[in-house]
Amino acid sequence: MNIFVCVKQVPDTETKITPTADGSFIETNSIKWIMNPYDEFAVEQALLIKAANSAANVTVVRVGSVKDTEALRTAMAMGADEAILVEAQDNLDSYSIAKALKGAIEKSGKKPDLILTGKQAIDDDALQVPQILAQMLDLPSVSVIVGFELNGTTVKAKREIEGGALEVYSVEAPAVFACNKGLNTPRYASLPGIMKAKKKPLAQYSLSDVGVSDADRRVKYSEFRLPPEKPAGKKFDATDAAKQAEVVAQVVGLLRTEAKVI
Amino acid sequence: MANVLVFTELHDGKVKPVTLEILGKLAGQNTDVAVIGDLSADEVTVLANHGAQNIHKINGANLDKYSPEGYANALANFIKSKSYDYVFAGATSMGKDLLPRLATQFDAGLASDVVNFTMDGGVFAGTRPFFSGKCLAKVELTGPKPHFVSIRPNALGMTEGLTAGAGTAHDVAGDAGNVRAAISEIIKAASSKIDLAEANIIVTGGRAMKSAENFKILEELADVIGATVGASRAAVDSGFAPHSMQVGQTGKTVSPSLYIACGVSGAIQHLAGMRTSKVIVAINTDPDAPIFTRADYGIVGDLFTIVPLLKEEFKKLLGK
Repeated sequence: MNIFVCVKQVPDTETKITPTADGSFIETNSIKWIMNPYDEFAVEQALLIKAANSAANVTVVRVGSVKDTEALRTAMAMGADEAILVEAQDNLDSYSIAKALKGAIEKSGKKPDLILTGKQAIDDDALQVPQILAQMLDLPSVSVIVGFELNGTTVKAKREIEGGALEVYSVEAPAVFACNKGLNTPRYASLPGIMKAKKKPLAQYSLSDVGVSDADRRVKYSEFRLPPEKPAGKKFDATDAAKQAEVVAQVVGLLRTEAKVI
Repeated sequence: MANVLVFTELHDGKVKPVTLEILGKLAGQNTDVAVIGDLSADEVTVLANHGAQNIHKINGANLDKYSPEGYANALANFIKSKSYDYVFAGATSMGKDLLPRLATQFDAGLASDVVNFTMDGGVFAGTRPFFSGKCLAKVELTGPKPHFVSIRPNALGMTEGLTAGAGTAHDVAGDAGNVRAAISEIIKAASSKIDLAEANIIVTGGRAMKSAENFKILEELADVIGATVGASRAAVDSGFAPHSMQVGQTGKTVSPSLYIACGVSGAIQHLAGMRTSKVIVAINTDPDAPIFTRADYGIVGDLFTIVPLLKEEFKKLLGK
């Protein structure tokens, strides 16, 4: 069974984002890069499947810049068998990324049985790549999954929708699944795992190697800028028990008369 | 002027509010609506009054409930029979799942989660957040048409001053094609409240809530003001609330009219997820908590005494 896990490398969630002077993207020099948090659930799910199926192999695939290979090395340290890196600029659009992932999977020579991804990457928050990839490969897909059970070649997947309700899907592999927080608890890479990961194969391609060119761009992003700052608000001290009721009445009053939201 | 199709999903037979926000913003374009399922005469009138010219009701085998492939196939067949420049939909759970697959059937691009846009000369140019709203960027589409756009709910706002529209409804035979991933069951949510992403008022609890049980005081406040309850990542990671309630960069991005943060310190990733809220109230014992830098009204005090007082004060105000 061939399992592919698509991962992205993104700025750490605590990163302060600074747009470049020309607005073409953000300053990336001093950023701490991490594996996209949702992709950790996809890697973990692949490893859980592998643990129950000794014939399974797990390949992690990433499209992005070669600043460091943190996301792929982390995935291999967790237990993935091998990795493919397609070198590309950071702000590629979803269509190009999906096409590059498809090209990389095809270049591996292995026919995918399961493709797992995170439900979204927390840099562009586009929520597009898993479904585009599925459509390009003519495969079914279930996104935002919080439940995954594999029986033979049939997957029962639970997809989270508005308000926490769940849609339960039954689907035959091969298929694409986009994973959400709550699906599992990703393991930490062990020290022996980290040492072993250094010796695992990492294939590297250019975008043109996997059949992607500038003509594949469908979405153009520009004028990156910080959102407008809010003016300072009003602060009330309600640490003194005698003043609490008064402060609360004042704030509720302002919400009606000044902010007009209630 | 562009020819535009707006896809709307139905919730209990009604069109989603985000559809009406989109229609209002598209005033001046040739705009049609497509829906999969049945639409009452009243809902047709609502859509027509918001500017929809033709309202296409698509029905057929395997379209009684949502499936990514079935809906994408049926809509693709319908769109191919017309000549639209743009296809819009709300960036709801369904819209986010459906549109990438649908756009790729045309090898076309999708601008997702757009919060504002213009149609100067019939050409779309939008604004969308990156890094969960830590920055914004301009988004434009290129390549084969139609171009696809999904719009974040609550971002555009409703258009005032509607006039009666002359739009009419049409029945369309839909073809779901080959559906390989189908819903076998739907498990209802424990709460019937409106989803965080679409909520008009949100009350959020942070790590200072101390336990899952203590969220009850937030629920009680929420019931009085018609709010949905959310949680910070710290509260979710501490097991006080499920991930479906999480607001922030690895949870939901929200933009309600009123956001009340209770015992939330205001980590960067949390502020990113709620910064577009129109009015923010923060309650925290720490006067230096970062949440106060974003709050319109900050209350320095203990949430366990302030929240019940707020509930009583809102009750008085709302005559409950």
